[in-house]
Amino acid sequence: MSVPAFTGSNVMDVDAAKIRGAGSNVHFDKVSVAYGAHVVLHPLTLDIAPGEILAMIGPSGSGKTTALRAVAGFVRPASGRIRIGATDVTDLPPYERGLGMVVQNYALFPHMRVEDNVAFGLRAQGADKALIGERVKDSLATVGMSGFSKRYPRELSGGQQQRVAIARALAVRPRVLLLDEPLSALDAQIRRNMVEEIAKLHRDLPGLTILYVTHDQTEALTLADKIAIMRDGRVSSHGPTTELYRRPPNRFTAEFLGRANLLPVTVAEGAAGPKGLAKAKLGDAVLAGAGRSEKPGDRTLLCIRPQHLSLTGDEEHTNRIVGTLKEVHWQGELTHLVLDVDGTPVRVSATRLPVSLPERGSAMPLFFTPGDTSLVPEDVRG
Amino acid sequence: MADAAVLPATPAARRAPGRFWIVPPAALLALLFFYPLALIVQQAFLDDSGMANVAEFVRVLHARFFLNALINTITISVAATAGCLIVGLVLGLILAFVPFPGSGVIARLIDTFIALPTFLVTLAFTFIYGSAGMLNAGLMEVFSLQAPPVDFLYSTWGVVLAEVTVYSPFVLRPLLAAFSLVDRGQIEAASVLGARPFRIVRQVILPAAVPALIAGGSLCLLLTVNEFGIVLFIGAKGVITLPLLIYSKAIQESAYQVACIIAVINIALSLGLFGLYRFAAGRLGV
Repeated sequence: MSVPAFTGSNVMDVDAAKIRGAGSNVHFDKVSVAYGAHVVLHPLTLDIAPGEILAMIGPSGSGKTTALRAVAGFVRPASGRIRIGATDVTDLPPYERGLGMVVQNYALFPHMRVEDNVAFGLRAQGADKALIGERVKDSLATVGMSGFSKRYPRELSGGQQQRVAIARALAVRPRVLLLDEPLSALDAQIRRNMVEEIAKLHRDLPGLTILYVTHDQTEALTLADKIAIMRDGRVSSHGPTTELYRRPPNRFTAEFLGRANLLPVTVAEGAAGPKGLAKAKLGDAVLAGAGRSEKPGDRTLLCIRPQHLSLTGDEEHTNRIVGTLKEVHWQGELTHLVLDVDGTPVRVSATRLPVSLPERGSAMPLFFTPGDTSLVPEDVRG
Repeated sequence: MADAAVLPATPAARRAPGRFWIVPPAALLALLFFYPLALIVQQAFLDDSGMANVAEFVRVLHARFFLNALINTITISVAATAGCLIVGLVLGLILAFVPFPGSGVIARLIDTFIALPTFLVTLAFTFIYGSAGMLNAGLMEVFSLQAPPVDFLYSTWGVVLAEVTVYSPFVLRPLLAAFSLVDRGQIEAASVLGARPFRIVRQVILPAAVPALIAGGSLCLLLTVNEFGIVLFIGAKGVITLPLLIYSKAIQESAYQVACIIAVINIALSLGLFGLYRFAAGRLGV
């Protein structure tokens, strides 16, 4: 039996309105978590606006899951307060917080049919039978699982189980939906489809506030309105997704969120003009890029995404560097070139190549637009 | 491969010595288990002169002393098993899901009960709950009583309490193993969805522990039906169970045929319970 895609547009039009009112902001107010003397989350102050998807990403042990578990009520903060809407939930047990949660391994109840899994939260909250029936039907329709209500979880694939887990979380009309690495157990193809479907789900339920914890940058970039990048129990950077990607505030962010070429440069002119472009020197080349508050003579990094490097120049691609071609990797849709530019490896992702590429070891010019480039301060911890 | 197909079988393959390995264990089982069992069954249907006597079997089945012992055995074993299930479940839930320092030590301490002779617990109980035990002595002194106020040990309930104490670990062990396999994510998901702890225990944890409860409960039932040491040691007046009746008839009255008849029924009861256990375990995939 094939699974239709999430169908929020028909069934959930009514429910979208209901959820729109239910969405709440989440406020971390200097929340820290420690296990004995070991601090796993340093004082965190962060806001998630109503209806917003905030993705927390970072390497293992960075504190992202701890922050989510603190919101859920499974981890007690050592200090600070957590508010959901107007309610301070810091001291509330999980069952009084009005949340929904989806975890990596689905955590469906194996002895219950799909419909009973979805109804579980409603029954726990004492909803009447008619409402339970209606919500179960609607929630399963939202995730395209209407035809599977009588099945047991063991009779479903991983992707189907995760849809049921999402339906179960949505059925209780949560104030905030917590997604803890929800797609990590799925294979790559299904994961890609699910990311698109979760994005569609949020478009259909725009009031739903989501805290999405993942280590997968693609999921974060696709889904999140804002991203918080965690490192060593602290927020390394936080901001709107596109802003964070285009103008990473530090090296860690630039490298963690997508691929980045980081060329060491010396600032020649500080940011100026309506576009805030600064000029920096790389060897003899003078390159323009979005600056911040750099001063002439500062040593910094020029961040260029591999797909923003062009093999041909034009009116827009006014920045030009020359590198030595080292490697060429054809990967079907893309070809990856690796060049050496003043001792720094530079990766280029090209969708189309010139008719003839230079020989490996030959000099090759690369072009990029100043708007796609930004100056990034070097991290102290690098 | 074609060559291999026409090769003659080797002498070693023809002898197939593997099949003879069944003989030593089968012989040992027959000698130590089936033969003595067969003797009991044979004795149950033969009188002292060696003549077949089914009438005696029927007479014993209808005798008051036998029916009382049967009722006592079933009552005590069912009550003790229920007690074991309750105690094991409560302890298991606390040890598995309520984090406290030293829970592992407590679990291992409870385990040591399995290693102790059953009557030792009874002996300890007489020191605590007996007529001259610590509890009665303390109460008599504090309230200036003339007679010991706590007087349950030398009754059916004393036997049940001792059996619950001794056999609860047989429920606790499989339960702890089952609880360790419960996905904590399910408990957390249930909690976030609004379920309070009692609902989580009832609807999430217990369904996962049903096979362990059935396995542990069946084992307790089997062991308590055949319990001898505790009942003998407590010596409660009028509390005669099937194993005690067999002992009494065989050793004290030298009525061997009667003892063997009761033993056959005791064996049938045990095998019936064991069959039930295997059936339940098989159905639940334990």
